[in-house]
Amino acid sequence: MLNKFPLWKNLLVIVVIAVAALYALPNLYGEDYAVQVSATRTTSIDNTTLGQVEQALQAAQIVPKSVVIEGDQVLVRVANDTDQLQARDTLMKALGNQYVVALNLAAATPDWLASIGAEPLKLGLDLRGGVHFLMEVDMAEAVRKIQDQLRDSVRSELREQRIRYTAVNRDGNDVIISLRSADDFSAAESFLNNRYPGYDEINDSDANTIRLRMTETKLRETQDYAISQNVTILRNRVNELGVAEPLVQRQGAERIVVQLPGVQDTARAKEILGATATLEFRLLDSDNSVIEAERGRVPFGSELFPNRNGGNALLKEDVILTGDHIVNATAGFDEYQRPQVSISLDGAGGDKMSLATRDNVGKPMATLFIEYKATGERDANGKLVFEPLSEVINVATINSRLGSNFRITGISSQQEAQNLALLLRAGALIAPIQIVEERTIGPSLGQENIDMGMQAIVWGFVLVLVFMVVYYRKFGLVANAALAANLVLIIGIMSMIPGATLTLPGMAGIVLTVGMAVDANVLIFERIREEIKAKRSPQQAIHHGYDSALSTIADANITTLIAAIILFAVGTGPIKGFAVTLAIGIITSMFTAIVGTRAIINAIWGGKRIDKLSV
Amino acid sequence: MNELISTDRSIPFMRYRLPAMVLSIILVLASITSLAVNKLNWGLDFTGGTVIELGYQQNADLGQIRSVLEQNGFNSAVVQNFGSQRDVLIRLDSIEGVKAQELGDQVVAMMRANSSETIDLRRSEFVSASVGAELAEQGGLALLTALICILIYIAIRFEWRLALGAVGALAHDVIITLGLFSVLQLEFDLTVLAALLAVIGYSINDTVVVCDRIRENFLKFRKYSSEEVIDGAITNTMSRTVITSLTTILVLLALFFMGGQLIHGFATALLFGVFIGTYSSIFVASSLAFMLGISREDLLPPEIDKEGEDLEPLP
Repeated sequence: MLNKFPLWKNLLVIVVIAVAALYALPNLYGEDYAVQVSATRTTSIDNTTLGQVEQALQAAQIVPKSVVIEGDQVLVRVANDTDQLQARDTLMKALGNQYVVALNLAAATPDWLASIGAEPLKLGLDLRGGVHFLMEVDMAEAVRKIQDQLRDSVRSELREQRIRYTAVNRDGNDVIISLRSADDFSAAESFLNNRYPGYDEINDSDANTIRLRMTETKLRETQDYAISQNVTILRNRVNELGVAEPLVQRQGAERIVVQLPGVQDTARAKEILGATATLEFRLLDSDNSVIEAERGRVPFGSELFPNRNGGNALLKEDVILTGDHIVNATAGFDEYQRPQVSISLDGAGGDKMSLATRDNVGKPMATLFIEYKATGERDANGKLVFEPLSEVINVATINSRLGSNFRITGISSQQEAQNLALLLRAGALIAPIQIVEERTIGPSLGQENIDMGMQAIVWGFVLVLVFMVVYYRKFGLVANAALAANLVLIIGIMSMIPGATLTLPGMAGIVLTVGMAVDANVLIFERIREEIKAKRSPQQAIHHGYDSALSTIADANITTLIAAIILFAVGTGPIKGFAVTLAIGIITSMFTAIVGTRAIINAIWGGKRIDKLSV
Repeated sequence: MNELISTDRSIPFMRYRLPAMVLSIILVLASITSLAVNKLNWGLDFTGGTVIELGYQQNADLGQIRSVLEQNGFNSAVVQNFGSQRDVLIRLDSIEGVKAQELGDQVVAMMRANSSETIDLRRSEFVSASVGAELAEQGGLALLTALICILIYIAIRFEWRLALGAVGALAHDVIITLGLFSVLQLEFDLTVLAALLAVIGYSINDTVVVCDRIRENFLKFRKYSSEEVIDGAITNTMSRTVITSLTTILVLLALFFMGGQLIHGFATALLFGVFIGTYSSIFVASSLAFMLGISREDLLPPEIDKEGEDLEPLP
């Protein structure tokens, strides 16, 4: 019979819309004010922590809605924002700096919905407020550091092998070894052969030099490592800031995106994220005179650095230890109530330190603090030029053989000690980074954007609904039902996709979809009208109307989809949000406008004798 | 039946193709001239720099803000109201001696120190010049890729003359919309670029509907001339074209008036783009295909050789 849907098709429509509605449902429940407590590297979250949190809240007479462990954090839901702030302060005091306490908004999704994985839409930074950073990693510096390490280890290994060299130096991306004699050259040649994976040896027997050249693979590995190390360290630093749901993600070959929802104090955030610092422990060169070096006669194997307290210090070129071995660093006071930083090293770092200090007890060791600051200039390749600002922050006598735990004293202020400890704790970056893009949205503007976006959606929706009813009457009502179903589908699907976030342009995309989604129905209805004019029976008109409009709708939508996909591929942040809603809207609107409306029309008019259609 | 446009008789669109062409060419040339002379008012996303939006409790005194900035050596700052009298937008280019990414924080601190009321930092954006240049390059590339992909799709799905006509119409829409932004010196930022791509999506939607009908009518009416067939197809789809444009313009008006300042450029570009896109899918796309000499034979489904057909029958 004409215009009757088989049962399975009707069921399909109902099931699809019902599932989408179910997953769109959490968006109606809103959010609770919450405080989240997460562990730092030295602690973990367990039932003891939960007990501590509950006790502290009770003591402060805050009645939480709930206190639960969710994943690796304790989530405290409270009734309002006053309680939220109070709860945060209470918990910060009670738990100390072993835990990170952050404000958050937790979805108030009922358990039965949460259990099927239904969650409200994630809002982009432009809607919830916060900071977005794009950071660029200095790859040249990463490579330079690796080469420096190689140079140091070549030097010490050749010494151990009693192979005499005149110089081991870095030359661009290579390390050049000049040997004293032909005998040393051949000894070095056989010793170095395939000793360093990732390097090709280029031997020159006439000049008695061996050049170690980094292979392409090694170069790529180094760059990958520099990025992933930066990502890890930024994550740690972000945790120090106490932000709920931060995002730290690699983007492309040398960039990292950092998103901090809810953060307002961008200056502090930048200081902590942007200040790349490395720490190096080196022996002081006390055999040579600083004054001579200041006149430009720096002895071989030593380097001159400024001292924070004025003057200069002459340090050995060999680095005992770099900051990446640091596991933990805490600020405190020594027995004379002077600020200090206690440092713990990892196993390898402890061994190195122990080995280096064994024969040097009583000698001075310097702590060199290196910060990389961008000069603001770019080299020929368009890469940022970074300038290392090295400063000796402390010279202390090695009182005993040092192990995995030791402390730096002689820091000028408590604030300074805390800053240093924070940077050290978060580790040291192999390559410096620079902020190349920053976008901050205040909370008031975020809320305003949500309100305005919603208003635009509602008004656009209502205007289209009214127009369709006036123009197409009963068929217009059917199209309106499809339009409403389309909105539910878009929101449901967006909530289902884990990575999808709703942004302000995304909301604009929804508004635009509302306007364009009726297009398919307009096409169909116009066809039906034509068929009626051509004196077909109403049933025939419906049947042919849908049939002949189908390929047009498909062609028209596929081309729009192409534009949306390209937009997604090249767009960033909010623009991606627009592309996502547009693409989802196109697909869902085809479903609701073709299959959805047909199901309703078939159910109402299909298979009956009718003389006139209300279209 | 309510009808906006009577479609009982074919409207002779092709007869107006020359005046329409002249109008289009004038508009495109004017747009290109304006783009060359006035350039576009590139937004922060593409030029790089710093923008800060501050919210004051009372109407903000722009003169006082400017003088505070000048006293501190920020002479190149542009200060203006944004949306309301209480919102102030400050735009800065890079300033010597100040690290670009710290500029925003400094200005906010400066304003707070020089004002008795609490100032709300509504928004602050910093884009480095290199990122800006990259975004501009990517954006241009995106527009081109979109046009080429659509050209290929329509050439495969329809026919190269229609494809050229459609893409010609798209380029026409994009150029004239850009021209409008250039003439009125509206700020061209990333959202406007997104809107341009949406205009491409919308306009192609419109054009495909017309092309589809042209093909269908060519196959259905054998005796009519190309001109009559095209006129008929445009007339058939006319009410659909107008109604869809109308609903889209309705929602865009909602966006324009309700969506807030940040979406204004986006809504403006789309409103104008939809308008010009509707015009171009009626007059430009089909006129171009017609002038390229499209005929019934070009749109016949390709004949499929039956297997073994070419072989000589066995003796």
